[in-house]
Amino acid sequence: MAFSGALCHDAGMGFDQYHEPPEELPDGTRTFARLCASLTEEAEAIGWYEQRLAVEPEREARAIMRDAQGEEFKHFSMNLEFLLRRTPLWREIAQGILFQEGDIVEHGEESEEEATEDAAERGAPVSGATSLGIGSLRGAK
Amino acid sequence: MNHLLRERAPITDAGWAVIDDEARGRLTPALAARKLVDFAGPYGWERSATNLGRTRALVSAPADGVRAEQRRLLAMVELYAPFSVARSELRDADRGALDADLAALDEAARRIATAENRAVFHGWQDAGISGIAEASTHEAIPLGEDCERYPRLVARAVQALLYAGVGGPYGLALGPDAYTRVLETTEHGGYPLFDHLRKIIGGPLVWAPGVRGAVVVSQRGGDFVLEVGEDLSVGYDRHDADAVELYLVESLTFRVLTSDAAVALTS
Repeated sequence: MAFSGALCHDAGMGFDQYHEPPEELPDGTRTFARLCASLTEEAEAIGWYEQRLAVEPEREARAIMRDAQGEEFKHFSMNLEFLLRRTPLWREIAQGILFQEGDIVEHGEESEEEATEDAAERGAPVSGATSLGIGSLRGAK
Repeated sequence: MNHLLRERAPITDAGWAVIDDEARGRLTPALAARKLVDFAGPYGWERSATNLGRTRALVSAPADGVRAEQRRLLAMVELYAPFSVARSELRDADRGALDADLAALDEAARRIATAENRAVFHGWQDAGISGIAEASTHEAIPLGEDCERYPRLVARAVQALLYAGVGGPYGLALGPDAYTRVLETTEHGGYPLFDHLRKIIGGPLVWAPGVRGAVVVSQRGGDFVLEVGEDLSVGYDRHDADAVELYLVESLTFRVLTSDAAVALTS
């Protein structure tokens, strides 16, 4: 995907994906933030191609854009899978929603309630499901 | 309920929070390998093995004219470190006591962190794990106890990595004895040895219980992978009127992908 410029809003170094001072964040959290930003950009690109396809009349141009949009579907899915692997609770909630038949909102509410209540009952950290949520310590002091 | 059986334990939510916080706090400083190697996962308790992408030829096949190769896998290893918590201490924690005696948990955390570090840096033959120091193709450098020589020895290790084309920055895992010596030492002119070593390696210098001597490790990524199924968790085993028996557990395996990306400094 071509960069939209969303990461850099001026000529200097822009790191919009960080909400806290990057130097205070562990490596794992910085990687997580980068992939979250990347996920957002892929979703935006999918939306842009959808709009272009809706107005482009020429068949060959449409074929190219459809092919490009397919790339964004792939990128988005890879980003999402990475983030879900790193976030067991998110993964657990997503499993109750994704690729399910029926009412999406209903699945969402049920899945969230089940996953978070289980985690709370277990005394588990929200980000780590049943584990202590330690993971990578690259960059930890 | 999952395999940790935490719901079966006579422990309140507040009690679990105290135990988990204590475990996390004690483990984090000691898990040196996680500060220096790539971390893959957690893939969950069901994960059993890593695909190595390699095969071994089988001498026999079910029919003539057929060649057979069997896939090689690296099986996950489960590490358990049991510990006991007095129920009276848990009741005190529920009342708001901030000084519950969790010494057995602290000791279990030290044991399992040491085991993880040792498997990563020195290998574990029974588990099929080759450690960073043992797998290194570079000649090991004797470290000794004379701290004044450490900068020169670490620089020599860095030089060996550079000659091999392994870029930095580099990290340094120091066994507890060597780490203490480094902390205590100030070089001529009052410059702390710790800071001098960090300047040489350009990356983290890590206290590494379980490591013998020291290991200089490339930090460029892609050379060493700690693969975790279930990340460190606290599970429940049993209880009686006086105590609850718990355990720390994780499942893991480790692979060296670039054997010349580290240099061992032997004690």
